[in-house]
Amino acid sequence: MRPKKSFYQRHEALILGGGAVAITIAIWQALWSAGKISPLFLSGPSAIVKQFDYGLTKGTLLADMRYSGTNFILGFAMALVSGVAFGIIIGWYRTARLVFDPFLNALYATPRIAMIPMIIIWFGVGMWSKVFIVFISAFFPILVNTVGGVRNMDRDLLRAARAFCASDWQIFTTLALPGAVPFILTGIRQGVALGLIGVVVGEMFGGSQGVGFMVAYGGQTFATDTLFVGVIIVAFSGILFTWLAERLERRFSRWRPER
Amino acid sequence: MVKLEASHVSKRYWLEREGNEVLALSDVSLSIEDGEFMAIVGPSGCGKTSLLNIIAGLLPYDQGSVSTDGRKVNGPGIDRAVVFQHSSLLPWRTIGGNVRYGMELQRRFDKAAMAERTDYFIKLVGLGGFEKHYPSELSGGMQQRVNLARALAADPAVLLMDEPFAALDAQTREFMQSELLKIWAKARKTVLFITHQINEAIYLADRVTVMSARPGRVKDIFSVPFGRPRSLHLKREREFLELEDAIWQLIEEESANIGVVLAPD
Repeated sequence: MRPKKSFYQRHEALILGGGAVAITIAIWQALWSAGKISPLFLSGPSAIVKQFDYGLTKGTLLADMRYSGTNFILGFAMALVSGVAFGIIIGWYRTARLVFDPFLNALYATPRIAMIPMIIIWFGVGMWSKVFIVFISAFFPILVNTVGGVRNMDRDLLRAARAFCASDWQIFTTLALPGAVPFILTGIRQGVALGLIGVVVGEMFGGSQGVGFMVAYGGQTFATDTLFVGVIIVAFSGILFTWLAERLERRFSRWRPER
Repeated sequence: MVKLEASHVSKRYWLEREGNEVLALSDVSLSIEDGEFMAIVGPSGCGKTSLLNIIAGLLPYDQGSVSTDGRKVNGPGIDRAVVFQHSSLLPWRTIGGNVRYGMELQRRFDKAAMAERTDYFIKLVGLGGFEKHYPSELSGGMQQRVNLARALAADPAVLLMDEPFAALDAQTREFMQSELLKIWAKARKTVLFITHQINEAIYLADRVTVMSARPGRVKDIFSVPFGRPRSLHLKREREFLELEDAIWQLIEEESANIGVVLAPD
């Protein structure tokens, strides 16, 4: 018979992890209420919640989130489509790989932040420079992983397909592409993380809208509660998008041996 | 009627690292009758897998010719199917999807026929009920059954088997051998079976071709006198062991010869 587990055993992670977070917030709030924390250096939980509520009801928080979200989604969608398409071409055609490899290696090794001033010169301080920064941040991990996935074709499988008279096109659609899917999904997960950094950093560099701008503005004006609202929004978006990407990965990896 | 014929086939490899050429197959001639089960044994490195790949149309050769039903072999064809040593199953496809794969690539059967054949051959190899499982959920022996079903479902005239049981443990291998004979009795294909195990070759085949090593040549061809169906007990009988011993001596002599050639004096 399956041994019975107590309520604690079934929810151990939630109880310990949630408890630790709750206690930390409680101590933080107690110190804040007692006036032990200078609002110039750090804010308190109640002040952050208040500022969040103020931003939603009276301020520009919703508009900022919509602006950043649009930038992120546009840039990421462009990175996804072009990264996968370009990655398949480079992975499949040896000549294309040899031609593009030096450029890609150079660009891949360059921190994307170093390109931001150039991007602002090209696209101005409006939303398109942010979209482009997200694009270029997310593009490379998706591209590099796709190339790796297409090239990673199993030689035994290739031989088997050839023995059954497979055409190049059939090999591409039945072996190269499905084999590349887990790699592409890993690229998507990495692209999400880097794209989020891109949108925040891009908005810090110029312009007057968005969550990234809010964080930078809060910092410059010592409005630590505003700053924290921005940081928490970015953190939760990161958790949400990474979780979605991981779910997508798992959905497409049902055939993998269980670990 | 001759189903498969290789005549005077030679194959050379260029060894990049050593900077010289090696003769893998020298003047190999074989002919296999329709419905015959032919096994090839030989020491490792005798080029038996190269020969199979040449017959499968996967490897170019330098001299000679290979034909099935009198037609010259020019690359892979729907008249032949290969069962590989590594099961080579698509890990992201279910067992049903893998058995269908060869038929899908060859586009010989319509959808309904493919579904019917998939079902039939999965049952024939004893995997009924596993259609929706993934290869990673199956044991090595079961994966080789799928490999066999995939080849049979494509309805080849000739089945080429490249040491299909070599990676299995001894017990599973014996079991798979007797299963293969049962399946073969129903499917009735011409089979070319490569192995390095002499008793496997004798137990399965109508004739056993013994190859010599470096360069690979046909050393001798033995007819196996035992009737069918064969039980696994056959392997312990005196006549069987004598034949095994005769082939073994031929191969041993061969290995000794290479030893002399290779040893500088």
